[in-house]
Amino acid sequence: MTAPPDDCLARNEWICGEYLSTRREILVDAVLQHLELTALSVLIALVIALPLAVLARRWGLAAGPVLALTTVLYTIPSLAMFSLLLPVYGLSSTLVVAGLVLYSLTLLVRNILAGLRAVPEETRQAARGMGYGPIRLLLTVELPLALPAAMAGLRIATVSAVSLATVGAIVGFGGLGNLIYAGMNTYFKAQVLTASVLCVIIAVLADLLLLGVQRLLTPWTRAARG
Amino acid sequence: MKTLTDAWDWLADSAHWAGDDGIWHRLTQHLVLTVVCLLISCLIALPVALVLGHLGKGGALAVNISNVGRAVPTFAVLVLLLLTPLGKWGEGPTVVALVLFAVPPLLTNAYVGMRGVDRGVVQAARGMGMTGRQMLWRVEAPLALPLIMSGVRIAAVQLVATATIAALAGGGGLGRIITAGFNLASTPQVVAGAVLVAVFALLVEGVFEAAERLAPGWARKAGKG
Repeated sequence: MTAPPDDCLARNEWICGEYLSTRREILVDAVLQHLELTALSVLIALVIALPLAVLARRWGLAAGPVLALTTVLYTIPSLAMFSLLLPVYGLSSTLVVAGLVLYSLTLLVRNILAGLRAVPEETRQAARGMGYGPIRLLLTVELPLALPAAMAGLRIATVSAVSLATVGAIVGFGGLGNLIYAGMNTYFKAQVLTASVLCVIIAVLADLLLLGVQRLLTPWTRAARG
Repeated sequence: MKTLTDAWDWLADSAHWAGDDGIWHRLTQHLVLTVVCLLISCLIALPVALVLGHLGKGGALAVNISNVGRAVPTFAVLVLLLLTPLGKWGEGPTVVALVLFAVPPLLTNAYVGMRGVDRGVVQAARGMGMTGRQMLWRVEAPLALPLIMSGVRIAAVQLVATATIAALAGGGGLGRIITAGFNLASTPQVVAGAVLVAVFALLVEGVFEAAERLAPGWARKAGKG
């Protein structure tokens, strides 16, 4: 009979190098699922939020209901949101993506709308005076000027989505949340800590990546400061 | 539609309202957790934010703590706390996690509110011979009240949401109805629990909205009325 291995896994320590090397595949799979859930939902939310915000800006009557609806959606706790979608999507990754889309939508619509509203009236009048039509005004003047606020919203939405995706573990599609959930049930400290830290790392990296994109897209904000 | 009527039937069954797993008990737990943790968080965050805001120090910390709070998954913190020795203390991990997530919005909003007070007004108060303490209580805090309250509101909504997730890590509250529904593979119960949580969260938000509407003009958010 061989003696039970006396490594950090057997001792159930919080930090464990053995865990990283022996469970590499599981970790990579969970990270990939996490990235997929987050990226997909933020992208879908962005595609829906942009026209909604433009509509609310152009047509004042729509602003009230759009903002009220997004506030209501944002108030509903994530666990309840995923559960309410259960009859529609069943136990699937679509359910988690749909829930995350609804949250990201709120943050994006509010921020893009705030950005569009902050475009100075003089600027728009100047563009109109130069013969810009409404479409050209929107695409070449208003949207670029709203970009910093929109990007701020996108960063908050992405970071929140990374964190909220873990709750998707309730339906078995939570990326790293699955590992945390399983680790909780088996009292597996190294797994819970590793998955949690990876979550925070993904959130920080995504935030930095978007900050870089923002710098590239809005060179004029840097020129003004420098 | 079938699921909605099933969920309604589940809610209408009086047997589901009584007992230790009943709706009334879970609702009370949720309410107590939210209110107690909101009070604890306010007691921790507001004095710190008011003093820092008055002195104009520690701004980077007060503002960035919200961003850090957002990046850390609630669920992960709950499970991590559960696995520490704290996990043996019943609702201990839940309370700590709830407070941890309610403090950042309170701190950030109160600090920004204090710093946002018109410097001219503060100098006028100083010119009238007010001491630092008098300026804090009679000038800066009242003028910062709208933003402080908006921080309390965000914290309350955050608390309701976190208390729901606590059910995943074995905590009490309305979330338990949802997790129990998942364990029983009972979609009506899951949906009924979710509806209860959503209504509860919207009621909390509604109470703050009503309080803001009823408050005297000076205590309301500028530019909203």
